[in-house]
Amino acid sequence: MSASSSDRAALIEALGDELHQALVARRPVAPLSGRGLGLTVEDAYRIQERMLSHRLAAGERVIGKKVGATSKAVQSLLDVHQPDFGLLLSGMLYNTGETVPMSRLIQPRAEGEIAFLLGRDLVGPRLTVADVLAATDWVMPCFEIVDSRIEAWKIGIVDTVADNASCGVIALGAAARRPRDVDLELCGLVIEKNGDVAATGAGAAALGHPANAVCWLANTLGALGIPLKAGEIILSGSLATLVPVAAGDCLSMTIGGLGGCSIRFS
Amino acid sequence: MPLDAATIAELGAYLENAQLEARAVPQISIAHASADMDDGYAVQWEIRRRKVARGARIVGMKAGVTSRAKMRQVGIDTPSYGFLADSYAALDGGEIEARSLIHPRVEPEFAFVLKRGVEGPGCHVGTVLAATDFVMPALEIIDSRYRDFKFDLASVVADNSSSARFVLGGRCRAADDLDLASSGLVMEKNGEAVAFGAGAAVLGHPAAAVALIANLLARRGERLHAGDIVLTGGVTEATPVKAGDHIRLRVQDLGSVSIRFV
Repeated sequence: MSASSSDRAALIEALGDELHQALVARRPVAPLSGRGLGLTVEDAYRIQERMLSHRLAAGERVIGKKVGATSKAVQSLLDVHQPDFGLLLSGMLYNTGETVPMSRLIQPRAEGEIAFLLGRDLVGPRLTVADVLAATDWVMPCFEIVDSRIEAWKIGIVDTVADNASCGVIALGAAARRPRDVDLELCGLVIEKNGDVAATGAGAAALGHPANAVCWLANTLGALGIPLKAGEIILSGSLATLVPVAAGDCLSMTIGGLGGCSIRFS
Repeated sequence: MPLDAATIAELGAYLENAQLEARAVPQISIAHASADMDDGYAVQWEIRRRKVARGARIVGMKAGVTSRAKMRQVGIDTPSYGFLADSYAALDGGEIEARSLIHPRVEPEFAFVLKRGVEGPGCHVGTVLAATDFVMPALEIIDSRYRDFKFDLASVVADNSSSARFVLGGRCRAADDLDLASSGLVMEKNGEAVAFGAGAAVLGHPAAAVALIANLLARRGERLHAGDIVLTGGVTEATPVKAGDHIRLRVQDLGSVSIRFV
């Protein structure tokens, strides 16, 4: 048994290394789930940890977390009944007005989200949305540019979790408001690409309410002994359908009652 | 060549009877392949004339196919208009008999109520906002009189752009107190969210749909009038409903409106 468990550990390391290489070389790989390895979601989170260890070793730091698969549509696509999560690293962060080089992305798609900036630690489990809102300093508009290191986005839940929940880069808007000053559930989202309305949505698209997604994450990680830390950025999930982007595209978004964010791709 | 007056009268009766009897019929372009959008409007105005002659009051107008989601759903990319008769109004929190309709679908919309008339051509968002008394959330119940909800542009225009029922509710607010483009909405069916969107899905701004109707009406020498209700078209795809279904729409800063089908 010990031989088999060390084989398993070696397999997980190898897959994490492979995904990191795919990201660095911008060369997507075949779905892990289609390789007959019997990978579980738990294995996938260990692969994610291994994948990110290379960037952390190179000097990046964790600046927050993202919740993914928060909409019914994506959950049924992935055949799951709960969200997933990934880590946000310092090297992923852009600000509104900046240009994101396509040279670091493979097959990017933009999501409009609400970012929660925590003023206090959130230590789950058994937290409610009231705890989340009370611990949140600011909410901000944020693009998450998702990207997949898996060929042609042919992902199942294991593939996306292993691949850091398909996170690429994020871009924060310059607006910040207190959570009590925004209708987080009904606020509208408008994404324009090159001046055309490309997608619209509303806060409730993220697990019924964006704070629900943060609460799920705090409770899920809390059960494993991991707190969400003061100062972390928590992305609460996409509010509309994904918008594919290419070099030369300009993207802007507005969230009703909150503010906006604009980025370009070169 | 445009359809002649006798054909237009016949098609008006054909479509209005299909509506009154809640019976799906073949679309008019099958028997009249040459019918174009102007013919479609001629038939729609004939249906309107028939209703007014029997005492109906026209309480406003609706825009059809003003969002990309709707364009995809029906395979038509030209917006159109239809009229709203007083009998199409249902009450917020009330009921609609499903058997009075053929294959109803519900859309989340914004309703503009005008304090001044609006006359095209050349109307724009500013003209509309200046003429608007207030804005409300609205559910529009569309019901094509055509089999399988399938139609071309001339046919759907003739069929009054599938206009059937509408429900106004929630809060009324001055349009200049709201950022309608980024105003979010959630539509729920039997307690489950089925559609999310924001006002900008409608031609970039819902007021643009009102301007569009005014400009289209000008081609026939018509206009929007003070007091008119104007529905700006579905923000999202339409959701099919049947007896037993309950629909609730919630809109940012505008409250909610609901209807039950029995």
